[in-house]
Amino acid sequence: MSLAFGGLQAVEQVSFGVTQGAVKAVIGPNGAGKTTLFNLMTGFLTPQAGRIVFGGEEIQGRPPHRIARRGIARTFQLVQLFDHMTVLENVMVGRHRLSRSGLLAGALQFPWTRREEKEIRAKAMEALEFVGLADRARQSAAVLPLGLKRMLEIARALASAPTLLLLDEPASGLDTVETERLQDLILELRRQGITILLVEHDMGLTMEIADEIAVLNYGRLIADGVPRAIQKNPEVIAAYLGTDWQT
Amino acid sequence: MTPPRFFNRWLLFAVVVLVIAVFMDDDYYYTLLNFIGIHTLLVVGLNLLLGYAGQISLGHAAFFGLGAYTSGILTATCGVDPWLALMAGLAVSGLAAFLIGIPALKLRGYYLAMATLGFGIIVYIILNEADGLTGGPSGLSGIPSLSLAGFAFNTPRRLYLLIWIILGIILALSANLVNSRTGRAIRALHDGEAAAESLGVDTFRLKLKIFVWSALYASLAGSLYAHSLNFIAPSSFGFMFSIKLVTMVVLGGMASIWGSLLGAGALTVLPEVLTVFHDFEVVIFGAILMVVMIFLPRGLVRGILDLYESRRYKREGGTFPV
Repeated sequence: MSLAFGGLQAVEQVSFGVTQGAVKAVIGPNGAGKTTLFNLMTGFLTPQAGRIVFGGEEIQGRPPHRIARRGIARTFQLVQLFDHMTVLENVMVGRHRLSRSGLLAGALQFPWTRREEKEIRAKAMEALEFVGLADRARQSAAVLPLGLKRMLEIARALASAPTLLLLDEPASGLDTVETERLQDLILELRRQGITILLVEHDMGLTMEIADEIAVLNYGRLIADGVPRAIQKNPEVIAAYLGTDWQT
Repeated sequence: MTPPRFFNRWLLFAVVVLVIAVFMDDDYYYTLLNFIGIHTLLVVGLNLLLGYAGQISLGHAAFFGLGAYTSGILTATCGVDPWLALMAGLAVSGLAAFLIGIPALKLRGYYLAMATLGFGIIVYIILNEADGLTGGPSGLSGIPSLSLAGFAFNTPRRLYLLIWIILGIILALSANLVNSRTGRAIRALHDGEAAAESLGVDTFRLKLKIFVWSALYASLAGSLYAHSLNFIAPSSFGFMFSIKLVTMVVLGGMASIWGSLLGAGALTVLPEVLTVFHDFEVVIFGAILMVVMIFLPRGLVRGILDLYESRRYKREGGTFPV
């Protein structure tokens, strides 16, 4: 699987790929265009030039729900949960692309609809157990503390069984313990074969888990490689990292 | 909702409906209940659109009117079987909603509110002006009653059974819908459209489906209305009634199936009980809408429960009884 594109004014001539099964981080100063990148990849924005290729097919300009149905899931920089639904219901929506019951089926409750509903519930609970939120299944999503909200959003994305998972600043607002849990979670997901692309500011986390790192600055790609190389790159050090990350 | 409680509510509903049918004799109250039933049918449909999906329709009376007039014209003027005419009404309203919805829902913002506002006015004007077809402002009379295997629904009590059995079925279907995959998708698109899209929910298509679905409820209500009064006039299907419906949704509680019954019931009974309503109806409905939106935005029942909860919170020294 590869991803390559060049694009919008906020993102200029950016071109890079993501290796299947790897964890890749996109770093850079605020405003460098990292979230714009995610929005381009998930169909919320259309590039003015360039292509985005996923699984051998071009996906740029396609509507978000179509891209999601191909197996790309994402979380958002500012957590976007469904506040009027419970923790479990939030994750059950994650199963949407893998279930079929429509409006009539929902109203009439056919036997196959009920069976599907049981399966949706079971898979959603699995995702909740994976992130450690199973005991809060019936709570309203709105009352969770931020760290758990981020976990819930990840569980919801995982419920859709993605092959590519985009995490937008998942560690933002998390304390040390929560960040460690996040780290373990991401490493476990990589072990399960999910490709992960994350935008992050937490360099400790990034350097621990990333196989590759791409660096953006002012909408341009200034480096793309393994963490060791990135840490030594003078342009990256000047623009963003500083000198604390030499190993 | 856990299964046992769910089951009990429907049982209670059925029991209450049947007990009333057996023991009550007053035609006035039956007529009142029939209006409550028809209004509830309208309000539940609008609630699915407004409360659950978060889409605003300011012209729902138009679909009510399309159902009523399609049924009325086909049965009174063309002698079509009432049940077939009812189906035709559903088709007309559904198609109209589909055609309006496609352009209106593609755009972001309050375009559906504008489009439905305009559509409501257009339908009202047509009902008044096309008097060859609709009978104009003086209305359409001679609409036959519905009947089933020879049993004619031509008394208030019989109509009560017809309306409330249909309503019971519709309420059950709606409750099922809300807790299903589609129901969750609808609630999700209200809470976070971008997030819903990112999970594979085709939000445009879903909004369109629920808009058409709510128009079907309104059309059904319109047909039942036409066959209850055996007479319909455009004045029942104007902008004011659309606003009354929104007020009923808001008062009873957005995104609440049973709240729809409460809102419809309260605002159907109140004008009957308080004669002051007659002259100031518009003002009072407007005032109710404002007061509820400002002080109890989640509707009467949830609002009162919330108030009670927060009083308890303050009394118990700030520790929330979770």
